[in-house]
Amino acid sequence: MWQALYEELGDKGFVPISVALDESAEAARPYIEKANPQHPSLIDTEHVVAHRYGLINVPAVVWIDEDGKIVRPSTAEYGTDMFVEFHGRKSGPFLDAVRAWVDTGEVRTDEEVPSHMPAPTDDEEQARAEWALAWFLHQQGKTEAASQHFARAGELSPDDWTIRRGSMPIQGQNPMGPEFFELFKDWEARGKTTHATMAAERSS
Amino acid sequence: MPTTPFTLIDNGQRHEIDAMSEDSTLRLATKPLLDALGWTQKAEGLCRGDVCIPIANQPDLITQQGIDLLALGAVLGRKVAVDRQESAASIGEETAANRAQLAQGIAPDFTLPDLSGKDYSLSSFRGKKVLLIAYASW
Repeated sequence: MWQALYEELGDKGFVPISVALDESAEAARPYIEKANPQHPSLIDTEHVVAHRYGLINVPAVVWIDEDGKIVRPSTAEYGTDMFVEFHGRKSGPFLDAVRAWVDTGEVRTDEEVPSHMPAPTDDEEQARAEWALAWFLHQQGKTEAASQHFARAGELSPDDWTIRRGSMPIQGQNPMGPEFFELFKDWEARGKTTHATMAAERSS
Repeated sequence: MPTTPFTLIDNGQRHEIDAMSEDSTLRLATKPLLDALGWTQKAEGLCRGDVCIPIANQPDLITQQGIDLLALGAVLGRKVAVDRQESAASIGEETAANRAQLAQGIAPDFTLPDLSGKDYSLSSFRGKKVLLIAYASW
């Protein structure tokens, strides 16, 4: 999907960089090999991008201009309409917006686009540190200790799906299973936080 | 003085640094810890390049027993998560620098590998319009 956009717009100074927030290259490999991207398709086992950009869920798409400036903060965007009944975000308007940006420099926004990238709070930063410790302990086979720090990270940053859902496959839980639906209900009950709502609540 | 092996995680990098085992405060060996984090102890304080952070008002930060890791995190503006039982800790990003970048709309740089292990940096794509897409199989 992003590969098709690259084929269409690559000659115009455009490049998609996809980053898999997966626990290993092997977890991401089947998806990447199927897409066979000619653009950079990277693996982020330590969630470096999630941390530096303060991302709380995937997919998260950010527009970065020729000078390295963020010109459109992160939104959940999809290259296809495969799961549109679930998330309700159509791919067509977004792909057209990207085409317009590449052709004319126009940055189209809508109500889902945050006014700015919300900076992580102290608790969210602490949650990242707890997550990194949990991930290390897990890799050392210290499953019990790891699960305590994964849980602590989730308590500190309850709306962060990269922490709460991202640790499910690591802990042997099904990220599409009952734990996911529990998490979804919890997220709904707490007000359906997205980057757009976070940005509205936090000044830059 | 008795020590135990301790692991500090910094951005996915593992540093093995001795911890002092007979102290209720978690203290790690001073020079290895500062080396790992890229800081040097000088008369002015803790220095990295042209930047020095005065520490004279914190006599307990660095003692003969080593550095108080949690206090060091506070001085450097980096969050620390600790598991003393497992002799491991992780230290977070430099929060202030990262926040300042985001507030100015500057895309934070990163370097990550692809499936073949080849590294790419965002900064090497200056001059192009970049669509950064974070996703996951979960």
